[in-house]
This record gives sequence, C-alpha cells and structure tokens, in this order.
Amino acid sequence: MTALLTIEDLVVSYPKKGFRAAPFRALKGVSLDIRPGETMGLVGESGSGKTTLGRAVLGLAPVESGSIRFDGREISGLSRRERRALSSDIQVVFQDPYSSLNPSMTIGSILSEPLSARGVSESDARGRVAELLDDVGLPSDAAQRRARDFSGGQRQRIAIARALALEPRLVVCDEPVSALDLTTQARVLDLFIEIQERTGVAYLFISHDLSVVRHVSHRVAVMYHGEIVEVGNGDQVTARPVHPYTQRLFMAAPVPHPRRQEVRRVERRRLIDAQRTPSETTSAAAL
Amino acid sequence: MTEYAAAPVVAPTLARQSLFRRLLRNPVAVAALAFLAVVAVVAVVGRWIAPVDPTLSSLQLVVADPSAAHPLGGDSAGRDVLSRLLSATQISIAGALLALVVALLVGVVGGLIAGYYGGLLDTVSSWLTAIVMALPAIVVLLAARAALGPSIWVSMAIFGVLLSPAFFRLVHVSVRAVRDELYVDAARVAGLSDARIIGRHILGVVRAPIIIQSAVLLGIAIAVQSGLEFLGLGDQAVPTWGGMLNDGFAQIYRAPVLMLWPSLAIGLTSMALVLVANAARDELERSAPRPRARRRPAAVSDTRADRPATIVHPDDSRALVTDPDVLLRVRDLVVAYDREGGGSTQVVKGVDLDVRSGEVHGLIGESGSGKTQTAFAILGLLSSGGHIEAGSIEFAGDRLDEAGEGSYARVRGRRIAYVPQEPMSNLDPSFTIGSQLVEPLRVVLGLSRGEARSRALALLERVGIPDPAHAFAAYPHEISGGMAQRVLIAGAVSCDPELVIADEPTTALDVTVQAEVLDLLRDLQRERGMAVLIVTHNFGVVADLCDRVSVMQSGRIVESGPVDAIFDHPEHEYTCSLLGAILEDGDARKPLESHKEITR
Repeated sequence: MTALLTIEDLVVSYPKKGFRAAPFRALKGVSLDIRPGETMGLVGESGSGKTTLGRAVLGLAPVESGSIRFDGREISGLSRRERRALSSDIQVVFQDPYSSLNPSMTIGSILSEPLSARGVSESDARGRVAELLDDVGLPSDAAQRRARDFSGGQRQRIAIARALALEPRLVVCDEPVSALDLTTQARVLDLFIEIQERTGVAYLFISHDLSVVRHVSHRVAVMYHGEIVEVGNGDQVTARPVHPYTQRLFMAAPVPHPRRQEVRRVERRRLIDAQRTPSETTSAAAL
Repeated sequence: MTEYAAAPVVAPTLARQSLFRRLLRNPVAVAALAFLAVVAVVAVVGRWIAPVDPTLSSLQLVVADPSAAHPLGGDSAGRDVLSRLLSATQISIAGALLALVVALLVGVVGGLIAGYYGGLLDTVSSWLTAIVMALPAIVVLLAARAALGPSIWVSMAIFGVLLSPAFFRLVHVSVRAVRDELYVDAARVAGLSDARIIGRHILGVVRAPIIIQSAVLLGIAIAVQSGLEFLGLGDQAVPTWGGMLNDGFAQIYRAPVLMLWPSLAIGLTSMALVLVANAARDELERSAPRPRARRRPAAVSDTRADRPATIVHPDDSRALVTDPDVLLRVRDLVVAYDREGGGSTQVVKGVDLDVRSGEVHGLIGESGSGKTQTAFAILGLLSSGGHIEAGSIEFAGDRLDEAGEGSYARVRGRRIAYVPQEPMSNLDPSFTIGSQLVEPLRVVLGLSRGEARSRALALLERVGIPDPAHAFAAYPHEISGGMAQRVLIAGAVSCDPELVIADEPTTALDVTVQAEVLDLLRDLQRERGMAVLIVTHNFGVVADLCDRVSVMQSGRIVESGPVDAIFDHPEHEYTCSLLGAILEDGDARKPLESHKEITR
C-alpha cells in the first residue's frame, strides 16, 4: 500500500526572540506516513509539537530539514505559487471555529472563495456551495448569513465544508472538536467519519484527547517533546500502550464512571511508582 | 464555558448596516455631513456660479462694503470677495485632497505590504516611517517652497508624504493583528493569492479606521495649507482660503470683516471633518449592532409550580457517609443579565442546590447551561449587568443574597474560597507568587510577615511544588500552567475555608497535569474536611472527584443525586444524552483494510 503523505525526519525550528538566541526546535526529527483514505490520529499535550506538524504539512511552518512528500512529490519548501496549486489536495480544519471564519463575510462567499480562486464560474460555485452545505448538514439558506449567526458546532461544520470545497485528498484537522460541547463533539466526529467513508479523504487528526482520537483514527501516533514516541493501530495505542509516556497519558485520562475511575486511579499511581524505579531511566528522564 | 449568550439555534440575520447608514442616525454627524456636502458642491461648481471673475480688479471695489452687486464686498485689490471665496474652495479642497491621496497611497499600500510580508521590508519601512515622523512638517514645506517654487500642488504632495506615517502605522498594526488570524491561514491553505487575501480579508478590517483617519487628516491638510498661504508662501495667482486670510489680515484695521469669510470656511470645514470622524468612531466602537429590545416583559420568574421538576435520586451508602448538615442551601435562584436597550435575560432560571459539609458536589452541564453563573452568584461575583433576581442563597445559616459587599468580604476568602478556570489570568503578573499568597494570610488571618511567609511555604510544599522557596520568589510567567493552578489551590485553602468553589479547575490543563491536580484536590478535601462545589463539563472529572452531582441544562438543574446513581441509572433524557455522547467506552476504529481502500 503506497502512502499518500510521507514525512521523514522532519525538523522545524522557530527563531526565539532576542539577539542570537538559539532557535526553538518544535519538531526534532519526526517520521510518519498516512495512506489514502486513512485517519492518522496525532495525540500529545500542549507544546508537544502536534500542531506544528500539522502546520508544516500545510506549508505554514518553517521546515529546517527533512522531507514531506505528498503522492511521491516533495512539498516542503515550495514557493507560494506552487503551494497554491497544492491547495486542491491538502486542506485544513482549525480548532477555533470562532476565529477561523472571517466575521465580515457571508458563509456563501467563505465557501465559494476557494472555488472562484480556481476560476470556477459564479453560478457553478453557487451550486457547489449548496451541495457542500447539504453535505455537512446545514440548511441551504445558511449561505446568506454570517458566521456570528451560528453556534460553535455549526461553525465547525462550515469550516469542514470549506475544507471539502476543492475535494482534497488530505485534510489536516487541528483539534477540530475540542472547543465543542460533548454532544456536539460526538455529532461532528461522526460527520468526519461519514465524509471519509463517502469520499475516501485521508485525515491527519490532531487532538489532545485520547478518546476522540480513538473514535476516529485507524492509526494513532503519540507525540512528546517534539518527537513521535509511539505509532500503531488505534486500539493498540489507545488501550494497550507500550511507551511509558503513552501509558501515563492513557492512565491520566479520567474514566467517566466513578467505580472504574477508582480502579484507574490506583493503577495510575502504581504505574507512576513503577516508572520512577531506576530501571526505567528513560521515562524518569522524560518526567 | 462562562459564556452564557451562545445561541444554539440560528438567530435571525441582523441586517448589517453600513457605517454611513448608522451615521445618519447621529444628529451631529448629519449636520456635519450636510455642511461638507455643501462645501463639496461649491468646490465642484463654485468657479462657474461665481458672479464675477475672481481675479478681476476694480478700483471702486477696493475694500468696498457689501452691496447688492457684491454681497461680501471687495478685498484690498478690489476683487469680489464672494467670487473669490467660491473659487478658492475648489483649489483649497483640491490641494487638501491631493495631500490625502498621496498619504493614502504611500501609507496604506506600504502598511499593507510591510504588515503582511513582515521581515526586512517591514523593518526598513518602519524605520523610514519613524524618520518621516521625526521631520518637522512646516520646515520641510518651507524648504520645498524655497527649492521648488510656490506651487500649491507640489507643497501638498510633499505634505501628503509627510502625513503618510499616520496611515502606515494604522494599517500596519491592524494587518499584523489580522495576519495571524486563523481565517487568513485558512485562506492561504485554500489557495488564494496574496493579493486576493489582502484585498478580501485584510483590507476589509482596516477600511473603517482608514476612513476615519482620512477625515481627520483632510482637516489637518486644509489647516496646514491655509497656514502656508497665510504666511504668504503660496501661489498668489490662484485664490485660496489661506491667501484670502493673508489679504484680510493685512487689512485688519481697515476692513476686519475680510478675515471673517475665509476663517469661517477653514474653521467650519475642519470642524465638520473632525465631527464626522468622531461620530464614525463612536459608531464603530459600538461594535455589534444594537440589539433590538424585545417586547416580552422581562424578569418575571416562573413560579415553582410551572417549572419542570428536578429528578432527585435518593441517597446511597456513599452519599450518606458525608455530614448531613447542609452548608450551602440555594433555593429558587434566578440570575439575570441586563440587556442593552432595556429588559434582561435570565441565565439561571430557578436553581435549588444543597452542598453539605465535607462533600464534593459536581455541577455539570454544557456551555450556556448557567453552571458558571450559578457559581458566581454564590460567590457574589456576577459580572456587571448581572444580578440575582429571585431566590435565596444561604451559607451556614447566613443569607448571602441579601448580604452587602461588606458582609461578603467577611465570607469570601475566609469561609468560601474560589479556584478559577484559567490559572494564569488569575495571578497578577506584576507580583511574585509569594507576595500574592502572603497578602491574604496577613489580611484575613492577621498573621505577621514571618508567620505568613512560613505558612505560605508550607502550603506550596503541600500542593506539591518541588522547590517552594524558588516558586515563592518567582513571578507567574516563570511557572507552568499546572504549577499556577497548584498555587491558586494553595491560596484557596490557605485560610481554611469551609467551602471551595472550583470553576472548571482542570479544563485549561493537560491530561497528565489534570490527573495530578485532581489528586491534589481530593487529598486536600479529605485532609481538611471541606466541602467542594466543582463546576465542570467533564464527566471524567465528576467520576473522579464527586460524591454528588447536579446536571444543569439551560439554566435549570434537571437531575441531581449521588454520583453512582447518576452514572448507573440516569433518568432525565438530557443526562442520558450527555452520557451517551461520551466516547471513552466506544470501540476504537478498526485499522484501514486494504481491500476497502478507495482508489481515486
């Protein structure tokens, strides 16, 4: 099975403020691949570099070394013009549904913008917008409204529709449900899965929440301090993790049931004590 | 989570009113705009409606008094003042407009490009702007006049360049702010060209401030231009307001009225421009369109009988262990916020809540359910416009809802403590952690400086901060979010409260840190036997910590009971739907099968 996206040994550094300050290495040699139609879940805590990895794939982060190949073609370090040509293949859904939609534009023009940028005629674009709104479960009259008329979940549906407008092959989803309420979150996740099954799009699905990633991902990668520490099938990584950090992460998430959480709490204490023993020097250093 | 106004349904589209339409409702702006319209018309047609050639001299007219043929009389050279005033308008306004257009071109284009692309271009243009701003405009204009001759157009074009930093800085700042917005990133990913992004997403943001700035600068340009002409540095061949002022000033003892007309023209035009700019700014600052006041008579709370009943589960063995004394008793609480334009919106619509001594009570709900507002009402910390409309809050036998600020001060911090959601924004960045912990200990418990310090250090150690002395001397920005939350918890328990109200205390934290903070809260609660009211949207947190749970939905508690009963036998439809939406229990997605792989 050939990969759709192959990331090899990727290093991303951000310059630090101050004269001759050493740059901050957000990614320290990350390798990952995503197959067509697959969801790769990317879990990690704040500052682990998971968002940076997504931005690097989108061409929004400065790549220092390493390679990102899409469909066999190198896409890191493309010029703005070449990058624009790639926009029909790689799209994005951001975390914050409030700041990712321009407040002064109607939903219709937000959705038709990527279409008209590629020279789709206005009437064709209008038809496609209606189709997209229908795909994400919004009423067709939504096109005339502005983002502020919609709730968080609805705004995220609009952002999904915008990402789908050009029929991409890969969508980078950066914490797309973490700003949403529990019930809305479940519905939006199901929408993601439904769209994938219908169109065969692949997702790089970034989240800090193991249960969300477990729900949508075929495979899961765990990031810690700018490195990927564990990759594997969703069930294996999210239920029987091997790496000490993933184990801690897994144990730290409280189970939404009082008695089972009591058990989990005891297990977590035991795990942390076990990881503190000198034999586990690697994880102790990571702590 | 503290937002109460998030409308879950599609609200009726508010017609977006243009700035101009909104200005028309402001009487001062209308008067100023009307005057400017007259000036504009005169500027266009003035030359043709002038009764006499403005440059024609006549000996009879030298400093002549007003007459039927010459309503404003004649000037020192015997020219008709009215005709000169009418034609001067065109040249004065055109000169000012030239300065404005040059300033706009240089400033706005430069600001957009420098702000959007950043880097070296940005640095260089910011330096140039600073240099231009440091130049004294009048001196530059005098030098230009000496070198290039007395042309109003040349001097106004140069003045335009001198004005351009005003636009440059305005546009630059706005573009820098917008450039990092996610919707600009989204547009880049969507394959839009830079020109298109600047035109559609960025220019729209700076358009209104540019219009306002333009009005102000146009007034300045008119004033400076008139000043130059008044000094006699302008082109004497063409009539201008400043030139007329110069002439009138020379004749001030013979015909003082000659100064009046150009002064009025300059003064009123500048004033009108500034007034329009002010009114436009006021309208824009009223950011959202004014909500239409609803007719519905506000604030008649439902009577108890009208309200859907709360499902209350009986106590089980775990819940009975806790002290049966009710520490906090909330009855029928209604919290409302004033709406702009009259009326109020209820965000908490009749809540009954009991927190017993030594129990951990969870208040769970989605955003907009009113859970945070309930907690703030108990703390007496509703933000401005919010008030308790009905009901009672009783804490250890005292009515808190009727208490004034004075009696609240005796309760808050001493007997009821608060742990906030955002640890970082609840520590003052300009004081050390130590001083923020010591201060309440000294004020509330009356400890000496030394005692307070050793107690604060003991607390920091208790909440699991590795090096208490180091953290004591640190400023908030030097510690992590998890540490900051530990510090706030230390502060909350420092005065031995009977009740701690924690508003989403772990929402801003990473899961591994959350687990540690939950452990800490649980241990402290057991150790000190305090009651905890924890507001959260996370069922994992509830399961981990709580003895009793109340489920809130749109301002009401729909179900309440011991934690096991709520998780095992939820009865209310809403509780069931919340529990059903939990993903933890679900199966993981299967790995992608190769035969199902979609070929495109």
